[in-house]
Amino acid sequence: MNVVVCVKHVPDPNAPVEIQDNRIKRTGVQNVLDPGDMYGIEAGLLLREALGGEVTVISMGPVQAVEAIKRALSMGADRGVMISDDALTGADSLVTARVLAAAIRRAGFDLVIAGVESTDGYTGTMPSSLAEFLGLPQVTFAKRLSASASSVTVDRQTASGYHVVECSLPALVTVTAGVNEPRYPSFKGIMAAKKKPLEHLTLDHLGMSAADAEVEQEIVQISAVDERKSGTRVANDEAAARIADLLAEAKAI
Amino acid sequence: MDFDLSEEQQSFVSIVRSFVDDAIRPNAERWDLEEELPLDAVKQMADLGLFGLPFPERYGGAGADLVTLCLAIEEIARVDSSLAITLEAAVGLGAMPIYRFGTEEQKNTWLPSLVSGNALAGYGLTEPGGGSDAGATRTTAILEGDEWLINGSKSFITNSGTPITSLVTITAITDKGGDAKEISAIIVPAGTPGFEVGPAYRKMGWHHSDTHELAFGDCRVPQANLLGRRGDGLRNFLSILDDGRIAIAALAVGLAQGCLDECLSYAGERRAFGRVIGGYQAISFKIADMATKTELARTAYQKAAWLKSKGRPYTKQAAMAKLFASETAVEVARDAVQVHGGYGYIEEFPVCRHFRDSKILEIGEGTSEIMRMLIARELKLPST
Ligand SMILES: Cc1cc2nc3c(=O)[nH]c(=O)nc-3n(C[C@H](O)[C@H](O)[C@H](O)COP(=O)(O)OP(=O)(O)OC[C@H]3O[C@@H](n4cnc5c(N)ncnc54)[C@H](O)[C@@H]3O)c2cc1C
Ligand SMILES: Cc1cc2nc3c(=O)[nH]c(=O)nc-3n(C[C@H](O)[C@H](O)[C@H](O)COP(=O)(O)OP(=O)(O)OC[C@H]3O[C@@H](n4cnc5c(N)ncnc54)[C@H](O)[C@@H]3O)c2cc1C
Repeated sequence: MNVVVCVKHVPDPNAPVEIQDNRIKRTGVQNVLDPGDMYGIEAGLLLREALGGEVTVISMGPVQAVEAIKRALSMGADRGVMISDDALTGADSLVTARVLAAAIRRAGFDLVIAGVESTDGYTGTMPSSLAEFLGLPQVTFAKRLSASASSVTVDRQTASGYHVVECSLPALVTVTAGVNEPRYPSFKGIMAAKKKPLEHLTLDHLGMSAADAEVEQEIVQISAVDERKSGTRVANDEAAARIADLLAEAKAI
Repeated sequence: MDFDLSEEQQSFVSIVRSFVDDAIRPNAERWDLEEELPLDAVKQMADLGLFGLPFPERYGGAGADLVTLCLAIEEIARVDSSLAITLEAAVGLGAMPIYRFGTEEQKNTWLPSLVSGNALAGYGLTEPGGGSDAGATRTTAILEGDEWLINGSKSFITNSGTPITSLVTITAITDKGGDAKEISAIIVPAGTPGFEVGPAYRKMGWHHSDTHELAFGDCRVPQANLLGRRGDGLRNFLSILDDGRIAIAALAVGLAQGCLDECLSYAGERRAFGRVIGGYQAISFKIADMATKTELARTAYQKAAWLKSKGRPYTKQAAMAKLFASETAVEVARDAVQVHGGYGYIEEFPVCRHFRDSKILEIGEGTSEIMRMLIARELKLPST
């Protein structure tokens, strides 16, 4: 089973987000492998351990985003593909998907794994676009994932529970945080990562031009979300009935 | 001259730090209260490959140098000294003697499980009658047929009584009562009849590090359990302690850094007489001194570890690093409690635990007095 895992280098989620010209500020801040993508990497590694094959990690971003790939390699992924090009500065989700699709087609795969949504851009649209470009069936919101040589089986998170979905390969799956427990890289893993194949690609290598990277979406305005309202305190004597009402109100039951 | 860690060491440090923040920090206070080695945490540290850092790959290790091991110990000690000493003792005192002095067969038997962290080993030098004077060993091992018959006891032995302890290496007198006292090292597997592990000590600090008194009463182990050459036991043990001192210095630096981190955030928030206390020189100078000593102690242990990895003599630097770093840790922890005022005396604040954990650093693996004796000897001062 050859798995391609998409990973994104994002501004450290523990630091406050800085917005500049309607964009997330990415230079001069600490960037890390998106914590949400560690689950995708772990899922790929687990599948490889069960079924053999290779895990390829792929990312599009500025050159320093290669750090995200290195982290994945030290966790145990086999090879990395980094796509960087000046023409991609400010790429949106659609452009990202188009470029990743070209690179993934080149790498060869049985399964593509991505996060449900990134921690920074957070649109959750990239993987679906990617699946369309690659002509793949997609199973989103996986909270459990297993596979055979010819299919994947996924517990797909829904608002009220989960669906069990089986899908033939090749396919694209997006994984939720909690689908597994990502491993930490060991020192041995870090040392081994240095010797693993790592390709650096530009649009040229993918047979694409700056025109393919044209952004059609325009971000008009960014504003802060309303602060979460504080919770409701329920007194002891009326607790059960009141909580039931509140849950019903929230459409949780 | 180059003070930079390698790129790999830097990423490793940041990984260990996030592991410590995620898996250790939220539990350290509870473990301290429970006074029992948390085997789950040991397992997680094992999964990270920490117990195999300095050993070659053929035994399952990572082939890292002493600096790298020290970096991991320092990171853990910022938050949890008990787990840091568990790692330090497991690697430096448990597995290292087997790796350095063991036969190929002994290594193949014992090392893989120690290197993977699935098992722990203890190292028994100290006896009820004396620790600093290691030559005063009274435990005896008499060769009877093809077995050693061991009698005696050992005090304060780290990692000696956990459910996953596979062995202790002890020093014992193996001579037949001639002029020269012959001390050798012998591997005693856990569970050997006649090898009794006493109850865990109630300690001032290092609460969830495992420490026991050991008793040997007509305990028999195969002759092949002799570790290293007969009569080399003491010399070998003392050379093991040189590395151990560097690692203890790293642990002390971690503790001091942990205190410093706590003080930096506390002094920036706590207000008294209408100002944050960090604005008062009495506090800010204290913290400046803490930072200075901590930084110098770090430089000292890293230099000693670097000398070792270059194959150069490092006994003096190791003793200096251990002496300075452990005394720094005690001073910094005491001042950190002071900066925290009454809250520093309350267990919810980590500096309280750090203060209790610091004192042993001036005692274990060679007391401060013994360090000064070693340094004086290295300076060629007349010996007493
Ligand atoms: C407010 C805002 C500000 C933005 N600022 C910038 C900016 O400053 N600079 C800029 O370049 N773009 C910016 N973008 C665009 C954003 O980074 C893209 O939308 C991004 O390329 C993909 O979308 P996403 O992050 O929403 O991905 P999602 O669809 O949420 O991501 C889901 C998964 O797709 C995969 N994935 C996503 N992106 C990549 C990638 N690049 N490489 C590999 N795998 C990937 C990961 O597995 C991820 O978990 C901004 C978007 C928004 C909404
Ligand atoms: C928690 C803990 C864990 C430990 N783990 C281990 C372990 O795993 N293995 C092990 O073998 N030991 C271990 N020890 C023992 C430790 O190494 C000894 O306690 C230490 O070496 C001191 O020995 P002692 O306690 O016998 O003190 P003593 O040697 O009796 O010393 C008492 C005091 O006299 C001073 N002193 C002694 N000789 C001189 C001298 N010549 N000149 C000036 N001052 C002197 C000492 O510095 C000290 O201040 C541990 C101890 C503790 C508390």
